[in-house]
Amino acid sequence: MQTRRETLKQGAIVAGLLASTGLFPQYAMAAYNKPAFEAKTLAEVLKALGAGAPVESKDVTIGGPDIAENGAVVPLTAGTTLPGVKQILILVEKNPAALVALFNVTDSVEASFATRTKMGQSSDVYAVAVMADGKALYAKKEVKVTLGGCGG
Amino acid sequence: MADPMRIRAQAAGDKATVRVLMSHEMESGQRKDAAGKTVPAWHIQEVTATHNGKTVMTAEWGPAVSKNPFLQFTVKGAKAGDKIGVSWKDNKGENRADEATVS
Repeated sequence: MQTRRETLKQGAIVAGLLASTGLFPQYAMAAYNKPAFEAKTLAEVLKALGAGAPVESKDVTIGGPDIAENGAVVPLTAGTTLPGVKQILILVEKNPAALVALFNVTDSVEASFATRTKMGQSSDVYAVAVMADGKALYAKKEVKVTLGGCGG
Repeated sequence: MADPMRIRAQAAGDKATVRVLMSHEMESGQRKDAAGKTVPAWHIQEVTATHNGKTVMTAEWGPAVSKNPFLQFTVKGAKAGDKIGVSWKDNKGENRADEATVS
């Protein structure tokens, strides 16, 4: 005989397992994707999101300053004109955790976003477009930081 | 409760550019205080934008988004008078929702 509490507990464990394997996409979309935000490199982030290996593409754009005076506030833009985009990611390679922001795109918004990020040191920044079929396209740009924004 | 967001939505043609300025500390979890203790991370995790009540965009953020975050995006098919709503939730469970009218 199983109590209701045990049943619920098992259900939660199974859901957790499914989410971690990426077999439960809707659940993964709704919950905060912690592993992706703890990943150190572009490849690890994409793996955590269940996307394929990244390919450089001219259709993805990354915008930002060449030299940022203050690493605590670096304006970056990321976007693409390609149809069928699922997510736009902004990454800073040399930050303690590479992924800065992840935008889930719908048909009602343009796949182009601007925000401000913190950068610990000069680094390559990436804009990644994850397509509906799981392909990942990226563009990168180097941003030099003269004053770091992480720690102090 | 956190301070209100500043949202500006401007229609241009058949789309509207939305600019949002949120008020949040966005503590990275990397910084140490005067006593040498790490300041725990405190940052916005989830952002949702709606157009006339329909969700058009969701975002997940890490601690590397700047303090008092700025966000700009474009909503297709939005015209003057439409309502744009933006809400966020941080890793301490605090949240805030604000609304603006497209002009």
